[in-house]
Amino acid sequence: MDKQADKKKLSLKEKYAHMTRGLDWETTYQSMDKVFPQAKFEGIKIHDWDKWEDPFRLTMDSYWKYQAEKERKLYAVLDAFAQNNGHLGVTDARYINALKLFLTGISPLEYVAHRGFAAAGRNFPGVGPRVACLMQSLDEVRHSQTQIHALSNYNKHYDGFHDFKHMLERVWYLSVPKSFFDDAFSSGPFEYMIAIGFSFEYVLTNLLFVPFMSGAAYNGDMATVTFGFSAQSDEARHMTLGLECIKFMLEQDPDNLPIVQKWIDKWAWRGIRVLTLVGMMMDYMLPKRVMSWKEAWEIYFEQNGGALFGDLARYGIKVPECLTQCSIDKEHISHQAWATFYQYGGAAAFHTWMPNDEEMDWLSAKYPNTFDKYYRERFTHWRDEAEKGNRFYNNTLPMLCQVCQIPMLFTEPNDPTQICYRESEYEGEKYHTCSDGCKHIFDNEPQKYIQAWLPVHQIYQGNCFPEGTDPTVEGFNPLAKVLEWYHLEHGKDNLDFEGSRDQKNFDTWRGLATKNNT
Amino acid sequence: MSTVFIAFQTNDDSRPIVESILADNPKAVLDEQPAMVKINAEGRLVINRKSIEERIGRHFDLQELQINLITISGHLDEDDDQFSLTWKN
Repeated sequence: MDKQADKKKLSLKEKYAHMTRGLDWETTYQSMDKVFPQAKFEGIKIHDWDKWEDPFRLTMDSYWKYQAEKERKLYAVLDAFAQNNGHLGVTDARYINALKLFLTGISPLEYVAHRGFAAAGRNFPGVGPRVACLMQSLDEVRHSQTQIHALSNYNKHYDGFHDFKHMLERVWYLSVPKSFFDDAFSSGPFEYMIAIGFSFEYVLTNLLFVPFMSGAAYNGDMATVTFGFSAQSDEARHMTLGLECIKFMLEQDPDNLPIVQKWIDKWAWRGIRVLTLVGMMMDYMLPKRVMSWKEAWEIYFEQNGGALFGDLARYGIKVPECLTQCSIDKEHISHQAWATFYQYGGAAAFHTWMPNDEEMDWLSAKYPNTFDKYYRERFTHWRDEAEKGNRFYNNTLPMLCQVCQIPMLFTEPNDPTQICYRESEYEGEKYHTCSDGCKHIFDNEPQKYIQAWLPVHQIYQGNCFPEGTDPTVEGFNPLAKVLEWYHLEHGKDNLDFEGSRDQKNFDTWRGLATKNNT
Repeated sequence: MSTVFIAFQTNDDSRPIVESILADNPKAVLDEQPAMVKINAEGRLVINRKSIEERIGRHFDLQELQINLITISGHLDEDDDQFSLTWKN
């Protein structure tokens, strides 16, 4: 007969209390302030770290158990996907370009998030948040690894997946997500928690992972949807951590409110700007669309974010002012971003194209107020020109926003035909931003943002050519040299989807998979 | 009242969980998306361990929810018997 357990198992609450408290001590050889040098400089006042409670009450032993199970499930799918040439089951090869943007623009940031949460955990003097940050740090490195593994299957067959780490630090549009995380990582631990834990994870991550990943499923990409949902199962915990952190700060001391409000305003806007890329992926890069960017925005931001801000109102938190512009922007940004990538398709590490008639009809139906009025004619003109052999590539470089680093492609809130520019002056120099939101952020911390590594400025300064390049030689082609420096192979990784190697290979391979060879 | 929600991957593990939620929450509304099942409810949503156990015929630890969970909205409270999501506004 089995031995009966002597004692009842610990309840979830007891287990959490035992495994997340009393793990620390007051240091004596060095002062606590020296051991935790980043705990106070941001001005956040904490009186009792034990008030921190993780509502999931997850402990390390359960964490390993459930994460291991998630990994087994995920890798079984990835194996099956690779063994069965799952890549040939996607709707059409245009879809694969969304994955290139994901791998180059998002996966490396999961790794930065891993480092960021490890650092935040190290810098918080309280044990509850340290345990939570440790788990999130491990989650983030898992996400980065599983995404790279999943997408490595595509790298065997398609262009543009070959050097994401190198590209992240160089390619113009990748500086947008990179600078977001650099900005967060170079702030203090509390601001980092608002930036990533709250704004990114709680307010915005649903927009990235939920509708887009559901879209991947809709487009036949089981590998991506599986890593996406496997990552998202951790996000539910991350979102809870972000929300808990913000409540904790607000409950600890009334002086924290204005600091927290300033960070919420800043990071909500920073995050929303970065998500422009996701809007474009949803509206233009998924051949089969689940919902429009605007619809996703309304469900996951307006409704869900609205509920959240409604709830935080009792602490005195106000909805960030810049958000009023978003209800105008949601009708425009995906079209404006795709128009920009289409024009600069010569310098992007993925292929671009113009939507076909059926897709334009879908866009008209989803954006009845804007698509036909402001975008359809231009897109049709570009498509007609491309069919005549005059595919338009813009060869000049755009001005970038000093804060979000996105080219100046957004329009004035009250005039969608006028590009929006804002200008600030600092120490006798002029700096340009794309919106009131970004200008506000710049004006609050000019010392930080004047240091931005802006890809276009760097190209003009001659810092983006391979070593030993002589720009004075006759017939010098700066764009070719910049692409070489990006590790981007002209004619393979860039240009229009129509006529690309990816398009030809996919058609040939799918033909082999569905027909008998003679 | 604001809407709380929870979403799971569509699979056989989450099916009895979704059934229990729909049975225990009269205000719950099912929203099936590609590969994902989302449940919306006004104000509050609870998941009861007992209801899931009745359906699967074995002991269930509510932390097992995390394996197939995709996203949540609302303040979370979890103990051994119940997992709840609430908006107070």
